Amino acid sequence: MKKILLVDDEPNIIMALEYTFKKNNFEVFIARDGQEALDILKSNYPDVIILDVMMPMVDGYATLEHIKNDKNLSHTKVIFLSAKNKTSDIEKGISLGADAYLTKPFSVKNVVDKVFELVS
Amino acid sequence: MSSIVLIIILLIYLGFLFFIAHWAEKKGNIKWTNNSYIYSLSLAVYCTAWTYYGSIGVAANSGLSFLPIYVGPIIIIPAWIIILRKIIKISRVNKIASIADFISLRYGNSRFLGAIVTLVSIFGILPYIALQLKAISETFHIVTKTNSSSLIFNDTTTYVAIALALFASYYGTRYVDASEKRKGIVTAVAMESVLKLVFFVMIGVYVTFFVFDGFDDIYKQASQLTNFKEKNTIGDLTQGINWFFLCMVSLFAIFLLPRQFHMSVVENNREKHIKTAIWLFPLYLLIFNLFVYPIAWGGNVLFEGTAVNADTYSLLIPQLFSNEWMTVLVFLGGFSAAISMIVVSSISLATMLSNNLLIPYTFLGKLNTEEQVINNKKIVNIRKIAIFSLIITAYFIYRFFALDYSLVSIGLIAFVVIAQLAPAFFGAIFWRRGSRLGAIWSILIGFSICLYTLLIPYAIGITSSSSTFVNDGLFQIELLKPFQLFGLDYLEPVPHALFWSLLFNTFLYFAISVSFKGNYRERNYAEMYVDIDKYSTNHENAFVWKGTAYTSDIKKVLIRFLGEDRTKRAMHIFNTKYNVASDQELADARLVKFAENLLTGHIGTASARILISSVVKEEKVTLPEVLKILEESKENIIINKKLTETSNELKKISFQLKNANDNLVIKDKQKDEFLDTVTHELRTPITAIRAASEILHDDDEIPEELKKQFLQNIISESDRLNRLIDKILDLEKFETGKQTIHPTNNNLVQTIKNSIEPLQHLIKNKAIHVTIISNEKVYCSYDDDRIVQVITNLLSNAIKFCPETNGKITIKCEIENNFVKTSVIDNGKGIDVNDFETIFDKFYQSTNQNIKKPLGSGLGLAICKQIIEHHKGNIWSEKAMNGANISFTLPIELQRE
Repeated sequence: MKKILLVDDEPNIIMALEYTFKKNNFEVFIARDGQEALDILKSNYPDVIILDVMMPMVDGYATLEHIKNDKNLSHTKVIFLSAKNKTSDIEKGISLGADAYLTKPFSVKNVVDKVFELVS
Repeated sequence: MSSIVLIIILLIYLGFLFFIAHWAEKKGNIKWTNNSYIYSLSLAVYCTAWTYYGSIGVAANSGLSFLPIYVGPIIIIPAWIIILRKIIKISRVNKIASIADFISLRYGNSRFLGAIVTLVSIFGILPYIALQLKAISETFHIVTKTNSSSLIFNDTTTYVAIALALFASYYGTRYVDASEKRKGIVTAVAMESVLKLVFFVMIGVYVTFFVFDGFDDIYKQASQLTNFKEKNTIGDLTQGINWFFLCMVSLFAIFLLPRQFHMSVVENNREKHIKTAIWLFPLYLLIFNLFVYPIAWGGNVLFEGTAVNADTYSLLIPQLFSNEWMTVLVFLGGFSAAISMIVVSSISLATMLSNNLLIPYTFLGKLNTEEQVINNKKIVNIRKIAIFSLIITAYFIYRFFALDYSLVSIGLIAFVVIAQLAPAFFGAIFWRRGSRLGAIWSILIGFSICLYTLLIPYAIGITSSSSTFVNDGLFQIELLKPFQLFGLDYLEPVPHALFWSLLFNTFLYFAISVSFKGNYRERNYAEMYVDIDKYSTNHENAFVWKGTAYTSDIKKVLIRFLGEDRTKRAMHIFNTKYNVASDQELADARLVKFAENLLTGHIGTASARILISSVVKEEKVTLPEVLKILEESKENIIINKKLTETSNELKKISFQLKNANDNLVIKDKQKDEFLDTVTHELRTPITAIRAASEILHDDDEIPEELKKQFLQNIISESDRLNRLIDKILDLEKFETGKQTIHPTNNNLVQTIKNSIEPLQHLIKNKAIHVTIISNEKVYCSYDDDRIVQVITNLLSNAIKFCPETNGKITIKCEIENNFVKTSVIDNGKGIDVNDFETIFDKFYQSTNQNIKKPLGSGLGLAICKQIIEHHKGNIWSEKAMNGANISFTLPIELQRE
């Protein structure tokens, strides 16, 4: 069973993603901000992380940096999912080492397809 | 006291002066030597031995008449701020080193006029220097109780004269450029001015309070003497006229005496020093004159019936009481007064003698070698010899002529002679039409009349009553009696001579100037002198000159006197100042004038002109042409000034534009950020709605419960979207001024209660304790709906941040001056001090890029701020005990616009 971590401060968005990935047989972890995500990652090593950029406390960029520095997470794929949709934002996300960058509002199907593409 | 002891004291004293001069010369520009007090005190070179001893003599013999000599200067000194400033400016830009330079340059740089001024000055001043030597000699003999020796080598004065001649010729010619400042001499003279004043005041106090019993006592005793009353009134009208002329002559003297011109103009470092001199110098004169009367009449009382020279009372009185110490100090004061006059006068006369007479008439041809060092050595030697011979000549005059006369009489003669320069001098700075011919004739005639009515009779000796010239007039003609010329018999000799000489002098100056036109050069300098303020920065522009000149020729002349290095530097300055290319082959008028100026200090104005003329080919310019050129240059200056003003204004405007632009850029950036944030905020609910809808649409197997939940999410996110749009529009209306408020008179406490009501269920949920601290009623005028909005917002925030248990919210309402202050305080986690101001920015989390602060829409406080500011109130957050404290004020009476 593949593991996925969803990080976003908007509960309604989380709810939609959680339902969808559970239905696709993922073990789902949920964090409401970067700090929570990092706490979870201390003991869990998901295959994919879906990461919002603008969040309270610790933002998506900082979270990614921590992930990249963690050897346990070297195989973990990271997807940014953000309302920041300018080309420069996307380039920045990729250059920081994200495996994909999807913009909000998103098609649930597209997100699922991207995740399968990355984990297969 | 024995001669030897006194001579030793004198030597020590002179050594001290040498030391001061040396020190000041070495230190150069430090505060101690270059300040307005040194300048003002150095002007007191005006007070010579005549002041020091002679005033007492006059006061003792004829009462008040010693005063006009001080009243005259004091009358004119306030005008220094205009006249002296002008003279200093003219002299500075033209490198003028003496009054002869000053007058001759104005009248077309006339060599002849310069020579005349020099000769008149020497005639007037040499006897005056002799008088100082005489004073030194006489007082020396009084202090040592010896008789004057007929042998030159037994006369101490001989050695004093030689020492002074050495001192003056050494320190007076340190620089080849005569317009350079001589700090050593100036500082030494200022020092002496202090000493002579201190010693004079000391003897004054001694006589008044130790010999006598104060001013009253002297008066009581003196009023018993015969003639006391007659001597102590101004007298009748004739005496009044005498007074008038004496005031006038000394008024001129303060400008025209070569030593005064030298100290006040040539040695002036900064124009603003005049400001101090204007009060300090008259004060100095006042203090000096304070004790003249007590000493004079004290002396009259003490020496009644004995034949002593009243001039020397200040020495005789302490001597009478065997106070040797005091006697020597008084002597040193008088010695100071005498030698500062001798030194400064001889330096200024020597400058004139060399630069305006000897060099232009005889030595100029001999300065033609190419070697700068040799030329400069020659110039300095000429001046050294001049100073030396002037003092020595004065010494001989003292030995052979001046022995018979009182200090005052010879001093006054000098004043009258020098006053002959007055019309040409003052005309120079105030009257454009004054011409060279007028100036030459006025001085010559004035001086001739002086010669006839004063110098010759005095030289023959007024004491020898057998002189038929004095008693019966020239060729026994009654009308030509030197002291009663043309039958004018009620003036004393000095005012009499002044009256006639100045009458003819002034008349000729005006008559000739008006009748004969001067040449273009005179007119050119006239413009530059009279309008110096317009030309002082770029005066070379105002010099009218036409012809052909080569830069290389002019350079060669300059090198002969300035040397290779200084010439190069000077040319560089010139080229930079006027933006002239350094390889410019042909020289223009400005360079000609510039070069003349550079040479002037070394060899005088006339010689400078002659030298430069010898290497350039000048064309005659007609008078109308001069005026035209000057007019143009004046216009140019005005246009330049306007251009500068306009360009300054442009600079200012462009600066403002840049600021406005910067502000716009900032605003633009803020707008961009705002839009960014707004789109982000709008996209968030849309994302949730889109995701939920997609699932509902695609997934048929979704459980009923979840389906409902997703639908509920869609509804709440839509509402959120709508609220957000409302708030954005609200804020936009306030910011663009489209939103107006409608104030009415309300009870603020009631409004607060009304705002709490809809929030009650939230408050109860968290079991928060809410307290209102206020009077029952606080009325002020505001828009009720809007203030409800503000308070609701603040309360919602407070509720949100209150801890889960023991939450406390306090609302305080108090009146401060004309405002009502309302504070909402919670006991939550509080606000970071750094965020005190930013929380009122829209979407303030946006300033911290990617970090969101959990504060709802991020627009609430921004809207509150707008509302409060539209009420002319203030909103801010401040430190609370714990938790947040946001306060706002509302004016009690809201002025409607």
